[in-house]
Amino acid sequence: MNRRQLYIMLLLPIIYIVVFSYVPMLGLQIAFKKFDGNAGIWGSQWIGLQNFIKFFNSYQFERVLKNTLVVSVYHLIAGFPIPIIFALLINAVRSKRYKKAVQMITYVPHFISVVVLVGITLQMFDSRIGLVATIYTLLTKQPMPEILGNPSAFPHLYVWSGIWQNTGWNSIIYIAALAGVDSELHEAATVDGASRLKRVFYIDLPSIIPTATILLIMNAGKMMSVGFEKVYLLQNPLNLRTSEIISTYVYKVGLTGFSDFSYATAIGLFNSVINFLLIIIVNQISKKISDSSLW
Amino acid sequence: MFLSKKRLGSRNDEVFYFVTNAILAVITLLVLYPLIYIVSASFSSPNAVSSGKVILFPVEFSLEGYEAVFKNNMIVSGYANSLFYTIAGTVINVGLTLIAAYPLSRKDLPGKNILMFIFSFTMIFNGGIIPNYILIRDLGMINTRWALLLPGAISVYNMIVTRTFFQSNIPIELYEATSLDGGSDFKYFTSVVLPLSKAVIAVISLFYALSHWNAFFNAFLYLNNKSLFPLQIVLRDILISTSIDPSLVLDPETMAARQGLADLLKYSLIVVASAPMICLYPFVQKFFIKGVMIGSIKG
Repeated sequence: MNRRQLYIMLLLPIIYIVVFSYVPMLGLQIAFKKFDGNAGIWGSQWIGLQNFIKFFNSYQFERVLKNTLVVSVYHLIAGFPIPIIFALLINAVRSKRYKKAVQMITYVPHFISVVVLVGITLQMFDSRIGLVATIYTLLTKQPMPEILGNPSAFPHLYVWSGIWQNTGWNSIIYIAALAGVDSELHEAATVDGASRLKRVFYIDLPSIIPTATILLIMNAGKMMSVGFEKVYLLQNPLNLRTSEIISTYVYKVGLTGFSDFSYATAIGLFNSVINFLLIIIVNQISKKISDSSLW
Repeated sequence: MFLSKKRLGSRNDEVFYFVTNAILAVITLLVLYPLIYIVSASFSSPNAVSSGKVILFPVEFSLEGYEAVFKNNMIVSGYANSLFYTIAGTVINVGLTLIAAYPLSRKDLPGKNILMFIFSFTMIFNGGIIPNYILIRDLGMINTRWALLLPGAISVYNMIVTRTFFQSNIPIELYEATSLDGGSDFKYFTSVVLPLSKAVIAVISLFYALSHWNAFFNAFLYLNNKSLFPLQIVLRDILISTSIDPSLVLDPETMAARQGLADLLKYSLIVVASAPMICLYPFVQKFFIKGVMIGSIKG
């Protein structure tokens, strides 16, 4: 009877989500149109798949697709297991104070903004005043070779700055799962003579596999949606060969220079559709091979 | 036999514990060292920074970097703007998130699943940069403060965290008791649910505040009026895309001094920009962790 009030509460959030999330989805139609500023989204002329064909045939297609894949696969392979290993190590620490201190310190970088993170990375690897250059020169007595402008260094800078920032934070969820392990299991295993190392492999690790599976699905689903901000900020004219990814390319095509809205939207849509399919496929697979899935 | 086996086991364990602690010490130092270095560099002299003399502790202690930071009008106005966006934005976010999460947490709401789907779907599919830009332009929000407050005002993730909290922490018996007294849903929400939900309100407020303070993308896309710039845009201009204006360079000596100060300024600026969140962090740490935990329950 009173449910009406619940709907009234929901009214504003629903209007909000329709305007700011679903209206842009309708705007995706310009990917199949020749966008005309005066005619607007609905009035522009349909041109079918022309924008997509143009993209698939352009020399940028292979490059941005490959760069996006390299960065995301590398990020997944390196970034996924490290927080798990870190959590297992933390869990095996006996001193409570040491454990707390390690956790406190390793969570801090999570609170730094992307802009500052990139700023720090650029400062550290600056070949003139950077800390890395200073240490390099101290050890080898030679000036350090240029890193920031080196295209082959870009994926490493991207991935490892992320690992530096998020390993501690991403381990929280695993540490919590480990804390939930029944201590009787450990006691029983100890009586049977199992070493602490053995218990890591046979008790601790299996207990976090369900959590790890869910996170792996989520990460794999997000694989092609490499964030725009950090890549764009780490870009410079010298490393574009490896650092131009789909989202930065969409921005440049759509909002700089000639500003081709339709073409940029088509490229972005191509990316979103892949993301969408990825997350559905990965979820299906995980449903089949284990009990863990997102829905 | 049993005893010796046990002793052997525990000696192996000692090695294990030692190695574990050592690896963690190395990881912690790797995280900590750049942070200490930045703070030390920010308190050093321009000359020490630009000649790479700083290794661990401040060299030729000075506050010149900080003086330069607080003399820069763009930084000061960026700081003020970011404070405004963070406070106003968080208030809007938290309000909308609560009124969305509560009805959706009620099992007796007809159409709950469809409504929930409408929200969740936006987590896996969205219009992308250009359609969003066109929308903001058509709404006339380009170059207004609204462009940083309204897009993204509900994070569906935070909404689900809040909803999960309501479902698992507000006993349904309470509702039944109040309904019998003729209480309405509004009244129940404001006088019973909200007072019991301080923990989750704290968690999502912090999540939102952190993301506003650190946000860069929307301002980058939607603003070009310098007086509206948040701190992160100013930071980008100084930290990442600095180029020295040749017309300002008079002679090599002045240029060296200028360059030294420019190098130093970056370190001081990193400290000033990150300080609010990092100083707040030890006090709110447990709330953040709680948020991650509530969010991890499949809802």
